[in-house]
Amino acid sequence: MTTGPGSTSAKILRRDRGAGWIGGVAAGIASRFGIDVSLVRLAFVVATAAGGFGLGAYLLAWILIPSGEPGSPGSRLPTGRAAVEVALGTGLLLLAALLTFRALGIWFSDAVVWPLVLIASGGALLWRQSLGGPDSGAEDSPARPLAGAPARAAPAPEALAAETRRAAAAISRTGIGIALVIAAGFVFLQATGALGAARDVLLALIAAVVVLGVIFAPWVVRLVRSLTHERAERIRSQERAEMAAHLHDSVLQTLAMVQRSAGDPGEVAAIARRQERELRGWLAGRPSRGSDPLEGSLAVALEAAAADVEERYGVPVEVVVVGDRDLDANHEAIVAAAREAMTNAAKFGGGSTVDVYAESASGRTQVFIRDRGPGFDPAAVPGDRRGVRDSIVGRMERHGGRARVANAPGGGTEVELVLEERQ
Amino acid sequence: MSGPRVLIVDDHQLFRAGVRAELEPLLEIAGEASGVEEAVTAIEQHAPDVVLLDVHMPDGGGIEVIRRTAARTESPPCFLALSVSDAAEDVIAVIRAGARGYVTKNISGEELADAVRRVHGGDAVFSPRLAGFVLDAFAGPAPQQQSELDALTAREREVLQHIARGYMYKEIALRLDISPKTVEAHVSSVLRKLQLSSRHELTRWAAERGLDL
Repeated sequence: MTTGPGSTSAKILRRDRGAGWIGGVAAGIASRFGIDVSLVRLAFVVATAAGGFGLGAYLLAWILIPSGEPGSPGSRLPTGRAAVEVALGTGLLLLAALLTFRALGIWFSDAVVWPLVLIASGGALLWRQSLGGPDSGAEDSPARPLAGAPARAAPAPEALAAETRRAAAAISRTGIGIALVIAAGFVFLQATGALGAARDVLLALIAAVVVLGVIFAPWVVRLVRSLTHERAERIRSQERAEMAAHLHDSVLQTLAMVQRSAGDPGEVAAIARRQERELRGWLAGRPSRGSDPLEGSLAVALEAAAADVEERYGVPVEVVVVGDRDLDANHEAIVAAAREAMTNAAKFGGGSTVDVYAESASGRTQVFIRDRGPGFDPAAVPGDRRGVRDSIVGRMERHGGRARVANAPGGGTEVELVLEERQ
Repeated sequence: MSGPRVLIVDDHQLFRAGVRAELEPLLEIAGEASGVEEAVTAIEQHAPDVVLLDVHMPDGGGIEVIRRTAARTESPPCFLALSVSDAAEDVIAVIRAGARGYVTKNISGEELADAVRRVHGGDAVFSPRLAGFVLDAFAGPAPQQQSELDALTAREREVLQHIARGYMYKEIALRLDISPKTVEAHVSSVLRKLQLSSRHELTRWAAERGLDL
């Protein structure tokens, strides 16, 4: 067995809850003084067996020695299961101690054994819960905005749901702890035969609880409400920070670029156009172009292709998609062919807007790419210009589709791509 | 020149000035307004033929202007919505409130003037994107209470597809071998369906903008 992970930097005595079994006392001592943790544990067990001194020392150390610095990798905080294990461990340890006492003859009555064990377990669970709770919250929440970042549009409900789940788990653990402690009380009363008298006490107790509830309920409600409010506020401020970050590296950046190239109207228009497309995509919750272009839908892929062509040739490309669908190999081919057609339209269309229209319904996908340039004569295309023949017509045919290039009425060229899904 | 008189409504002063500079050589500008309240009084005062209407403004936006004007006057002007937004709920909501067309703000001055004239002439103006929205909205199977308003005819669908492909009305007429008037009739019919249909998609988009129809 090796020493705990906190050993390298530990100069001060800290409990190492990550490496520890119960409270990390033994692991903390071991790493502070550079001895094997099993030796420390053995020492505690021997000390416990020999008169119970070890148990007292352990509990005292647990309370007095602070746990490792929050956030350091060594201080892994207890999950739900760890908390339960702690409760179980405490109970068993106490049982061992009691049995030792009994064997040594320092003993009053068997009646106290089970109540003590139960109350120790329940108490450990409760203490662990109420002391560890805020810690685990602090550990989790800074990581949350990063994890939620790609979701962008709706991080709030997710974060809230996660918090709710965590809160529910904490409440259920607290509930088990309380039940254990109450059970301890009952067992004790049962064993001492005081249950009958306890009934009267219980009535008085219930009355007291009701009275106290009425007095303190508004205060508790207000506390809960302010906590909820604070949580919502925190999530909102995270969203605001994220929004600010996005605007900073997109819009503000673009405005700076516009100022620098103010002398070149074409360049300014291209920059503005690119930014507009990017911002619209962001507002609509579409993934940015940095992500894998093959991942996603037909609409996303066509938009990305259009943005790329637009940027490269400085010609506006308008995309309208009706009835989106997922991409497969054939639809990737239709996007690639459409991209080639957009490039041609941008190059030879005389700088006019390129209109792209895609429609996908009941297994049939059509894409139209139209420009308003001087038109196109298929017969006049020289043999070495392979763009149209290979990248558009050939590619569509290889993937079971077809392509048609024609002069559009009113001038310009229109490319039509069709893909029918075979059953 | 007896072209239509235009009122420009937008809460951005810079944008109003830009549109005015572009349209002034082509059309007669009746005035400007910078908000809902101002627009409603300006419409009464100047009696424009066409109102270029910004969709997003404080106090209810373009929809509110259309609604309040309709409540005040017998013969409201034609409304042409002009917006940076191309979100479905904006487009559909303003059309259902009574606008006769929708164009986005990156349209050129000449195209805008042409759209104003067409709206004034009683036609509907559909940008390619709006045509795409309509096709999307009417794509699914028609709802149970089958009404003539809830589905497009094959011809209307064809016309819309060509608008979405970037064809102008004249080109569509050439392509489909019908007269430009017939194309306009189809588009107007689609506009009517868009405004009156009870299709779920349309009512939902409208409801998202707080338009209870």
